[in-house]
Amino acid sequence: MALSRKVGFFTGLRYKGGGPMIAWMLHRFTGVGMAVFIGLHVLASFFTQQTGSDLGISINIIYQNLYFQLFIYFCVLFHGLNGMRIIILDVWPRMIEYQREMIWLTWLIFIPVYGLAAFIMVYLEITGA
Amino acid sequence: MNAQKRYHPGWNLEYAMFLFTRLSGFVFFLLAIIGLLWALYMGARLHMDVGTLLRWTFFPNPNHILDSNIPNTDPWMTGLWQIFQIVILAFAGTHGMNGLRVVAEDYIHAPVWQMFTRFVIFLLWIFMLLIAIYVVIS
Repeated sequence: MALSRKVGFFTGLRYKGGGPMIAWMLHRFTGVGMAVFIGLHVLASFFTQQTGSDLGISINIIYQNLYFQLFIYFCVLFHGLNGMRIIILDVWPRMIEYQREMIWLTWLIFIPVYGLAAFIMVYLEITGA
Repeated sequence: MNAQKRYHPGWNLEYAMFLFTRLSGFVFFLLAIIGLLWALYMGARLHMDVGTLLRWTFFPNPNHILDSNIPNTDPWMTGLWQIFQIVILAFAGTHGMNGLRVVAEDYIHAPVWQMFTRFVIFLLWIFMLLIAIYVVIS
Protein backbone atom coordinates (compact mmCIF):
# COMPACT_ATOMS: atom_id res chain seq x y z
CA MET A 1 0.00 0.00 0.00
CA ALA A 2 1.56 3.24 -1.08
CA LEU A 3 1.76 6.12 1.30
CA SER A 4 -0.42 9.05 0.42
CA ARG A 5 1.79 12.10 0.42
CA LYS A 6 0.14 15.48 0.63
CA VAL A 7 3.49 17.24 0.33
CA GLY A 8 4.22 19.62 -2.50
CA PHE A 9 7.49 19.72 -4.38
CA PHE A 10 8.81 22.91 -2.77
CA THR A 11 7.72 21.83 0.71
CA GLY A 12 9.59 18.61 0.09
CA LEU A 13 12.74 20.52 -0.79
CA ARG A 14 12.70 22.17 2.64
CA TYR A 15 12.89 18.79 4.37
CA LYS A 16 16.26 18.67 6.12
CA GLY A 17 17.31 15.13 5.26
CA GLY A 18 20.97 16.06 4.97
CA GLY A 19 23.57 13.82 3.34
CA PRO A 20 21.45 10.66 3.00
CA MET A 21 18.63 12.59 1.34
CA ILE A 22 21.01 14.24 -1.13
CA ALA A 23 22.58 10.85 -1.90
CA TRP A 24 19.12 9.32 -2.45
CA MET A 25 18.03 12.20 -4.71
CA LEU A 26 21.25 12.13 -6.72
CA HIS A 27 21.10 8.34 -7.02
CA ARG A 28 17.60 8.55 -8.46
CA PHE A 29 18.38 11.51 -10.71
CA THR A 30 21.60 10.02 -12.09
CA GLY A 31 19.93 6.62 -12.61
CA VAL A 32 17.05 8.03 -14.65
CA GLY A 33 19.52 10.27 -16.47
CA MET A 34 21.65 7.30 -17.52
CA ALA A 35 18.60 5.28 -18.58
CA VAL A 36 17.37 8.12 -20.81
CA PHE A 37 20.74 8.94 -22.36
CA ILE A 38 21.86 5.35 -22.91
CA GLY A 39 18.46 4.55 -24.44
CA LEU A 40 18.74 7.51 -26.81
CA HIS A 41 22.33 6.61 -27.61
CA VAL A 42 21.36 3.03 -28.52
CA LEU A 43 18.53 4.28 -30.76
CA ALA A 44 20.79 6.91 -32.36
CA SER A 45 23.48 4.32 -33.03
CA PHE A 46 20.89 1.98 -34.50
CA PHE A 47 19.56 4.62 -36.91
CA THR A 48 23.05 5.79 -37.84
CA GLN A 49 24.13 2.22 -38.52
CA GLN A 50 21.04 1.22 -40.50
CA THR A 51 20.09 4.38 -42.38
CA GLY A 52 22.97 6.82 -41.86
CA SER A 53 20.36 9.35 -40.78
CA ASP A 54 21.36 12.87 -39.72
CA LEU A 55 19.20 12.59 -36.60
CA GLY A 56 21.25 9.74 -35.16
CA ILE A 57 24.53 11.45 -36.04
CA SER A 58 23.43 14.74 -34.48
CA ILE A 59 22.42 12.99 -31.24
CA ASN A 60 25.75 11.18 -31.05
CA ILE A 61 27.64 14.43 -31.71
CA ILE A 62 26.05 15.85 -28.53
CA TYR A 63 27.35 12.82 -26.66
CA GLN A 64 30.93 13.48 -27.78
CA ASN A 65 30.76 17.01 -26.40
CA LEU A 66 33.09 17.67 -23.44
CA TYR A 67 30.35 19.07 -21.18
CA PHE A 68 28.08 16.16 -21.85
CA GLN A 69 30.90 13.72 -21.13
CA LEU A 70 31.57 15.49 -17.82
CA PHE A 71 27.85 15.22 -16.98
CA ILE A 72 27.48 11.55 -17.88
CA TYR A 73 30.74 10.73 -16.09
CA PHE A 74 29.28 12.36 -12.99
CA CYS A 75 26.14 10.24 -13.37
CA VAL A 76 27.97 6.96 -13.88
CA LEU A 77 30.61 7.46 -11.19
CA PHE A 78 28.25 8.80 -8.52
CA HIS A 79 25.63 6.14 -9.22
CA GLY A 80 28.32 3.47 -9.09
CA LEU A 81 30.00 4.61 -5.88
CA ASN A 82 26.73 5.34 -4.08
CA GLY A 83 25.41 1.99 -5.30
CA MET A 84 28.46 0.30 -3.83
CA ARG A 85 27.71 2.01 -0.51
CA ILE A 86 24.15 0.66 -0.67
CA ILE A 87 25.41 -2.85 -1.47
CA ILE A 88 27.82 -2.75 1.48
CA LEU A 89 25.06 -1.55 3.82
CA ASP A 90 22.76 -4.32 2.60
CA VAL A 91 25.36 -7.05 2.96
CA TRP A 92 26.51 -5.90 6.43
CA PRO A 93 23.41 -4.31 8.03
CA ARG A 94 25.39 -3.46 11.16
CA MET A 95 27.19 -0.79 9.12
CA ILE A 96 23.93 1.22 9.21
CA GLU A 97 25.27 2.67 12.45
CA TYR A 98 28.00 4.38 10.42
CA GLN A 99 25.91 5.31 7.39
CA ARG A 100 26.64 9.03 7.65
CA GLU A 101 30.35 8.32 7.76
CA MET A 102 29.92 6.07 4.71
CA ILE A 103 28.31 8.93 2.81
CA TRP A 104 31.29 11.11 3.63
CA LEU A 105 33.53 8.26 2.46
CA THR A 106 31.59 8.07 -0.81
CA TRP A 107 32.24 11.75 -1.46
CA LEU A 108 35.83 11.37 -0.31
CA ILE A 109 36.37 8.75 -3.03
CA PHE A 110 34.16 10.45 -5.60
CA ILE A 111 35.74 13.92 -5.52
CA PRO A 112 39.37 12.95 -6.32
CA VAL A 113 38.42 10.25 -8.86
CA TYR A 114 35.97 12.54 -10.65
CA GLY A 115 38.10 15.63 -10.21
CA LEU A 116 41.27 14.12 -11.65
CA ALA A 117 39.62 12.80 -14.82
CA ALA A 118 37.55 16.00 -15.22
CA PHE A 119 40.68 18.12 -14.75
CA ILE A 120 42.59 16.18 -17.41
CA MET A 121 39.66 16.31 -19.85
CA VAL A 122 39.18 20.07 -19.41
CA TYR A 123 42.93 20.67 -19.52
CA LEU A 124 43.28 18.76 -22.81
CA GLU A 125 40.31 20.68 -24.22
CA ILE A 126 41.72 24.09 -23.26
CA THR A 127 45.30 23.46 -24.36
CA GLY A 128 44.18 21.49 -27.41
CA ALA A 129 46.87 18.89 -26.75
CA MET B 1 23.11 -15.55 22.43
CA ASN B 2 19.51 -14.65 22.02
CA ALA B 3 17.25 -16.77 19.90
CA GLN B 4 16.76 -14.22 17.17
CA LYS B 5 14.36 -15.40 14.49
CA ARG B 6 15.63 -14.87 10.99
CA TYR B 7 13.08 -13.55 8.57
CA HIS B 8 13.02 -15.44 5.28
CA PRO B 9 11.23 -13.48 2.60
CA GLY B 10 9.40 -15.48 -0.01
CA TRP B 11 10.44 -15.23 -3.62
CA ASN B 12 8.57 -12.51 -5.43
CA LEU B 13 9.42 -9.94 -8.07
CA GLU B 14 10.50 -7.26 -5.57
CA TYR B 15 12.86 -9.58 -3.69
CA ALA B 16 14.32 -11.09 -6.86
CA MET B 17 14.95 -7.65 -8.37
CA PHE B 18 16.36 -6.39 -5.06
CA LEU B 19 18.97 -9.15 -5.21
CA PHE B 20 19.53 -8.72 -8.94
CA THR B 21 20.10 -4.96 -8.61
CA ARG B 22 22.81 -5.49 -5.98
CA LEU B 23 24.48 -8.37 -7.80
CA SER B 24 24.47 -6.66 -11.19
CA GLY B 25 25.76 -3.45 -9.60
CA PHE B 26 28.70 -5.41 -8.28
CA VAL B 27 29.20 -7.09 -11.68
CA PHE B 28 29.41 -3.67 -13.42
CA PHE B 29 32.40 -2.83 -11.27
CA LEU B 30 34.14 -6.07 -12.23
CA LEU B 31 33.37 -5.65 -15.96
CA ALA B 32 34.48 -2.01 -15.96
CA ILE B 33 37.75 -2.82 -14.19
CA ILE B 34 38.46 -5.71 -16.61
CA GLY B 35 37.72 -3.45 -19.60
CA LEU B 36 39.87 -0.63 -18.22
CA LEU B 37 42.89 -2.81 -17.39
CA TRP B 38 42.62 -4.70 -20.68
CA ALA B 39 42.49 -1.42 -22.60
CA LEU B 40 45.60 -0.18 -20.83
CA TYR B 41 47.30 -3.47 -21.67
CA MET B 42 46.28 -3.13 -25.35
CA GLY B 43 47.99 0.24 -25.66
CA ALA B 44 45.56 2.83 -24.30
CA ARG B 45 48.40 4.30 -22.22
CA LEU B 46 50.12 5.61 -25.34
CA HIS B 47 47.37 6.15 -27.90
CA MET B 48 44.28 7.37 -26.08
CA ASP B 49 43.07 10.37 -24.07
CA VAL B 50 41.26 9.92 -20.79
CA GLY B 51 37.77 10.71 -22.15
CA THR B 52 38.10 8.05 -24.83
CA LEU B 53 39.44 5.56 -22.31
CA LEU B 54 36.45 6.24 -20.04
CA ARG B 55 33.99 5.76 -22.89
CA TRP B 56 35.66 2.42 -23.63
CA THR B 57 35.50 1.52 -19.93
CA PHE B 58 31.78 2.20 -19.74
CA PHE B 59 31.08 0.20 -22.88
CA PRO B 60 33.87 -1.58 -24.82
CA ASN B 61 32.55 -0.85 -28.31
CA PRO B 62 35.08 -0.21 -31.11
CA ASN B 63 33.07 2.89 -32.14
CA HIS B 64 34.03 4.41 -28.81
CA ILE B 65 37.73 4.54 -29.70
CA LEU B 66 37.41 6.21 -33.10
CA ASP B 67 38.93 9.40 -31.65
CA SER B 68 42.06 7.62 -30.49
CA ASN B 69 45.40 7.10 -32.25
CA ILE B 70 45.38 3.32 -31.95
CA PRO B 71 47.47 2.08 -34.93
CA ASN B 72 45.81 -1.34 -35.17
CA THR B 73 42.26 -1.63 -33.90
CA ASP B 74 41.89 -5.36 -34.63
CA PRO B 75 42.40 -6.48 -31.00
CA TRP B 76 39.71 -3.97 -29.95
CA MET B 77 36.98 -5.45 -32.16
CA THR B 78 37.13 -9.18 -31.53
CA GLY B 79 34.17 -11.48 -30.85
CA LEU B 80 35.22 -11.65 -27.23
CA TRP B 81 34.51 -7.93 -26.85
CA GLN B 82 31.13 -8.46 -28.52
CA ILE B 83 30.26 -11.08 -25.93
CA PHE B 84 31.54 -8.68 -23.25
CA GLN B 85 29.24 -5.95 -24.62
CA ILE B 86 26.22 -8.24 -24.75
CA VAL B 87 26.81 -9.29 -21.14
CA ILE B 88 27.00 -5.63 -20.07
CA LEU B 89 23.85 -4.84 -22.09
CA ALA B 90 21.85 -7.69 -20.58
CA PHE B 91 22.83 -6.72 -17.04
CA ALA B 92 22.61 -2.94 -17.55
CA GLY B 93 19.35 -3.03 -19.49
CA THR B 94 17.66 -5.13 -16.82
CA HIS B 95 19.16 -3.10 -13.97
CA GLY B 96 18.13 0.18 -15.58
CA MET B 97 14.63 -0.82 -16.66
CA ASN B 98 13.95 -2.26 -13.19
CA GLY B 99 15.18 1.04 -11.76
CA LEU B 100 12.73 2.92 -13.96
CA ARG B 101 9.96 0.62 -12.74
CA VAL B 102 10.85 1.28 -9.10
CA VAL B 103 10.96 5.04 -9.65
CA ALA B 104 7.69 5.05 -11.60
CA GLU B 105 5.86 2.97 -9.02
CA ASP B 106 6.90 5.43 -6.32
CA TYR B 107 4.79 8.09 -8.01
CA ILE B 108 2.01 6.00 -9.56
CA HIS B 109 -0.35 4.66 -6.92
CA ALA B 110 -3.39 3.27 -8.73
CA PRO B 111 -2.90 -0.50 -9.24
CA VAL B 112 -4.26 -0.35 -12.79
CA TRP B 113 -1.72 2.27 -13.81
CA GLN B 114 1.03 0.36 -12.02
CA MET B 115 0.24 -2.72 -14.10
CA PHE B 116 0.14 -0.57 -17.23
CA THR B 117 3.54 0.98 -16.39
CA ARG B 118 5.00 -2.46 -15.73
CA PHE B 119 3.74 -3.69 -19.07
CA VAL B 120 5.12 -0.68 -20.98
CA ILE B 121 8.49 -0.95 -19.26
CA PHE B 122 8.58 -4.70 -19.95
CA LEU B 123 7.99 -4.07 -23.67
CA LEU B 124 10.60 -1.30 -23.63
CA TRP B 125 13.07 -3.65 -21.95
CA ILE B 126 12.67 -6.37 -24.61
CA PHE B 127 12.68 -3.85 -27.46
CA MET B 128 15.79 -1.93 -26.31
CA LEU B 129 17.74 -5.11 -25.55
CA LEU B 130 17.01 -6.54 -28.99
CA ILE B 131 18.00 -3.29 -30.73
CA ALA B 132 21.16 -2.90 -28.65
CA ILE B 133 22.28 -6.49 -29.26
CA TYR B 134 21.55 -6.08 -32.97
CA VAL B 135 23.71 -2.94 -33.07
CA VAL B 136 26.55 -4.79 -31.31
CA ILE B 137 26.58 -7.88 -33.50
CA SER B 138 25.97 -6.30 -36.90
